[in-house]
Amino acid sequence: MAIKKFAVAAYDDEAVLFPAVKKVRKSGYKLHDVYTPFAVHGLDTAMGLKETDLHIAGFIYGICGTSTAVGFISWIFTSDWPIVYGGKPHFALPAWVPITFELTVLFAAVGMTLTFCYLNQIMPGVKKHVFHPRQSDDLFVMAIELNDHTPEAEVVKFLKGTGAKETSVQMAEEGWWYGRWDKKEEYEALNA
Amino acid sequence: MHIKYESFVREPLVDGNKNYHQVSEDIISPIERKPGRMWYVGFIFSIILLCFGIFSVTWSVYWGLGTWGVNRTIGWGWDITNFVWWIGIGHAGTLISAILLLFRQGWRTGVNRAAEAMTIFAVMCAGQFPIWHMGRVWDGFWVLPLPNSRGPLWPNFDSPLLWDVFAISTYFTVSLLFWYSGLVPDFALIRDRAKTKLRRMLYGFASFGWTGTAKNWQRMEALALVLAGLSTPLVLSVHTIVSFDFATSVIPGWHTTIFPPYFVAGAVFSGFAMVNTLLVITRKILKLEEYITIGHLEAMNKIIVLTGSIVGVAYLTELFMSWYSQSWGEIAAFKWRIMGPYWWSYWAMMTCNVVSPQLFWVKKLRRSIPFTFVMSIVVNIGMWFERFVIIATSTYRDWIPGSWAYYSPEWPEIGFYLGTFGLFFTCYFLFAKYFPVIAVAEIKFVLKTSGDNYKRDMQRIEEQSAEEFIHEQEAAHHEEHAEAAHH
Repeated sequence: MAIKKFAVAAYDDEAVLFPAVKKVRKSGYKLHDVYTPFAVHGLDTAMGLKETDLHIAGFIYGICGTSTAVGFISWIFTSDWPIVYGGKPHFALPAWVPITFELTVLFAAVGMTLTFCYLNQIMPGVKKHVFHPRQSDDLFVMAIELNDHTPEAEVVKFLKGTGAKETSVQMAEEGWWYGRWDKKEEYEALNA
Repeated sequence: MHIKYESFVREPLVDGNKNYHQVSEDIISPIERKPGRMWYVGFIFSIILLCFGIFSVTWSVYWGLGTWGVNRTIGWGWDITNFVWWIGIGHAGTLISAILLLFRQGWRTGVNRAAEAMTIFAVMCAGQFPIWHMGRVWDGFWVLPLPNSRGPLWPNFDSPLLWDVFAISTYFTVSLLFWYSGLVPDFALIRDRAKTKLRRMLYGFASFGWTGTAKNWQRMEALALVLAGLSTPLVLSVHTIVSFDFATSVIPGWHTTIFPPYFVAGAVFSGFAMVNTLLVITRKILKLEEYITIGHLEAMNKIIVLTGSIVGVAYLTELFMSWYSQSWGEIAAFKWRIMGPYWWSYWAMMTCNVVSPQLFWVKKLRRSIPFTFVMSIVVNIGMWFERFVIIATSTYRDWIPGSWAYYSPEWPEIGFYLGTFGLFFTCYFLFAKYFPVIAVAEIKFVLKTSGDNYKRDMQRIEEQSAEEFIHEQEAAHHEEHAEAAHH
């Protein structure tokens, strides 16, 4: 991961944010990301993000749960230690439905949640750069990555033109790292 | 941009003049303040109850279950009654968060966080009873799917008691994941606005480093939807399986096919009552009346009258079936249930569960807070008696008159039950102090469609003619396109 320079714009209304995202995409500037305090519907498509495949992962985990339950119980009751319970046959499939169902749900839910954390790269102890302290409160924050071909004054002026309420230029670590949230990072001194 | 529009005829979900920042302020600031005196009193009282519960359980384990009032005729007493009671209460949270999400009931956003928390704590309490009921609790790991130490003898996967182990542990895990995944963005909000270092550190840890990128939210929505889809059959399955503990047996009064739907309806009934008990107090103390409105309480009261009526029909159906079966065992079981020495528990159940909720057909009572509060407690007393009736009065007059018995709890059983109240309220008090009791991000999501101040603007749109409306929307659409073309 690397520390890079970003131009940051904060909007206070979704209705202003959407056209701004479109303009940035047209302009050719490198849109790093948009941070919002809640799920804004349609923002992912406006940014050109693909639909997530998380639910497909959930389906696969669920199938794993189903086959684990059926496979395990049928192996135990027909081969490893067959016992007659209540006159049921060894392969008493209807009696296994409850546990099979529960394991399907359990595997799907746990697997999906872990995949969700992995894809979003979130975990206890993970730290990421926060561009604006109010991005989780009431501002919609857009970060544009700057390089030698994009003079910051020009980008900031452009962002102001899109209706941004606040703009700034920041050095930021673009990925994630382990750290305590109450500790200042070294690179943050560059923004002071 | 899609149109954010909901008729102003529908009651707003958020009252007062709110913007996004005000929502954060209202819900998060109680966490940042020192708790009031009421909180300390309640919390300490809960801890005392919890300690008494721990003492009672320790006593029961040390001296054995002979310290309990259960006997050879009535083998399941207060313990299993309380187990079913708590697990029933634990159904409302996931019902609100999952089923109402799938049905797109907007009002769930105000109450889902607290209801889910209640679910998790109630399931924790419920789980205590089967565990300590084992008696030799150090052998409790035998319920796990492990071959035992005397050879590869496995637990009985055909037994409803083992299904219960899987159902309840799965339910607890999935509810916890669902609840916590929703909490992550709200913890990030507390972290970002934290003034003290300690708070920033702790909530930073709890928020998993969430920053709320567009992709994060997209995956969050996918996760919530699939978890809701999974939890919906799950929540129905849990109480179904609990009812199998009884229904698959051959005891008159238990051996009925009506049990699964009847238990699920009863669970929802008692769960919503408990949500009302907690929220009536929580909204008052944390001053959240604008988020948990009378409309929310009314919506839950409607569900209480519906499920209460279903439960009532089930009771009557049971009576009818015992007569219609012409099986003398069944007829006797219900005769002793209604008119035997335990008659008072049957009639307490009937009064609290069937008769009293019918008062909620009156709109004025449905929207009265004191009445809702009293009723929520009455319902849970009734539901406790329901479980007691099913368990004790189906067994106390069994096939051999020589073994007929009566059962009253001994103090360790009562102490154990009080202890679970201690556990439940200790957890709830900590939750109310340190966690956002309302899902902040979800409230913000519905604010512009369902907030009072935004809905007032809808009046203008509502009064437009269809032509005018289409014209205005099209013009806005063209403008956007023209602007895009310009670039």
